[in-house]
Amino acid sequence: MSESATVQGSGGGATGGKVSLLTLALAFNHIAVASFGGGLSAWSREVVVVQKKWMTDEEFLSAVTMCRILPGANQVNLAVFVGNKMAGVPGALAAIVGLTFVPVLIVLAMGYGYFTFHHVPALQDILRGAAAAAVALTFAMAIKTGKKCLGGPMPVVLFAAIFLLNGVLRWHLLPCLALLAPVSLLWGWPRGQKRKS
Amino acid sequence: MNLRTYIQILTLFSGLSLMSIGGGNTVLPEMHLKAVNDYNWMADSQFADIFAISQAAPGPSILIVTLVGYKAGLGAVPAEWAQVGGVAGAILATAAMMIPAGILVYLVARVWESAKESSFRKAVEKGFAPLTVGLVLASAYVMSRTADHDWRAYLLTGVCTLIFVFTKVNPLVVVGVAGVLGWLGVV
Repeated sequence: MSESATVQGSGGGATGGKVSLLTLALAFNHIAVASFGGGLSAWSREVVVVQKKWMTDEEFLSAVTMCRILPGANQVNLAVFVGNKMAGVPGALAAIVGLTFVPVLIVLAMGYGYFTFHHVPALQDILRGAAAAAVALTFAMAIKTGKKCLGGPMPVVLFAAIFLLNGVLRWHLLPCLALLAPVSLLWGWPRGQKRKS
Repeated sequence: MNLRTYIQILTLFSGLSLMSIGGGNTVLPEMHLKAVNDYNWMADSQFADIFAISQAAPGPSILIVTLVGYKAGLGAVPAEWAQVGGVAGAILATAAMMIPAGILVYLVARVWESAKESSFRKAVEKGFAPLTVGLVLASAYVMSRTADHDWRAYLLTGVCTLIFVFTKVNPLVVVGVAGVLGWLGVV
């Protein structure tokens, strides 16, 4: 039987199997470079959940929020989280390097130009268009993930409440979560036996 | 070489790394205060300009620290070595900003992986999902108000959203086309 030679990638569901460090680094490089108009979270989901199927949507969403609560840049934290899940400490490092190597080179080149020639690179026009599309990708992520996890009144209330507090009223993340996280945990807590109703 | 500058870079950014609860941008005011007022690495207007540059570049928005470290490093060495000193400062600042927080995430992720069957993890995965979707929509909403300046940009965002939701077109193609539209002055 020669079925032991498993092919990585698009197996059904979320695979926690081994992934090469190069694959991880390239995936996060792809995320970083593709996000030139912004929308890094949406790009992360596009690559990690949709293309590579390394995580389910549920797993990914909870990781995103944990990475936001913990100190550090959210996207770097997410790279550590995903990299560690797929290949331990080397995986986390490969993901960070993949996420930052090319962007650091680009930002340094722009910084060199700025501090040497004293002018900001004129990319504004291209970025204006790209940013409009990157915002759209983030809206699309909210719609696609929302379709999966917003069944029933309680999730909709939680969703709407944190959108209002954080997005419209511009509360900081921590007070929003202090208020809503206990409610959502209570709601999400697994019950011993299914209630009949 | 002025070693003190590099020690300041290391201590400032590793400290900010652990203070940046809620994301890198939460420590920008503190970073500004230290880099401009306390250490005199750059002028106020330069800080504003490198912020704009770091936002324009791809990748994590926290890469402003790369440029702060670069500028600090430029001035820490003799003029003929300025670029070497700058790049060293840039790498040091970037690593210092990522590693302490990264270690913390790693520790939490390990506990998380070992707690697959715990009720708490199940509660977080189920209960936090609607909150995360709300936060994603909130950031899309906030971003749209800074990225979209007029009705044409809003229209472009709307059309792109429909494409992303209802088709399987590679998002990169859409973002690229939108960039070209911006370049042509359509939005």
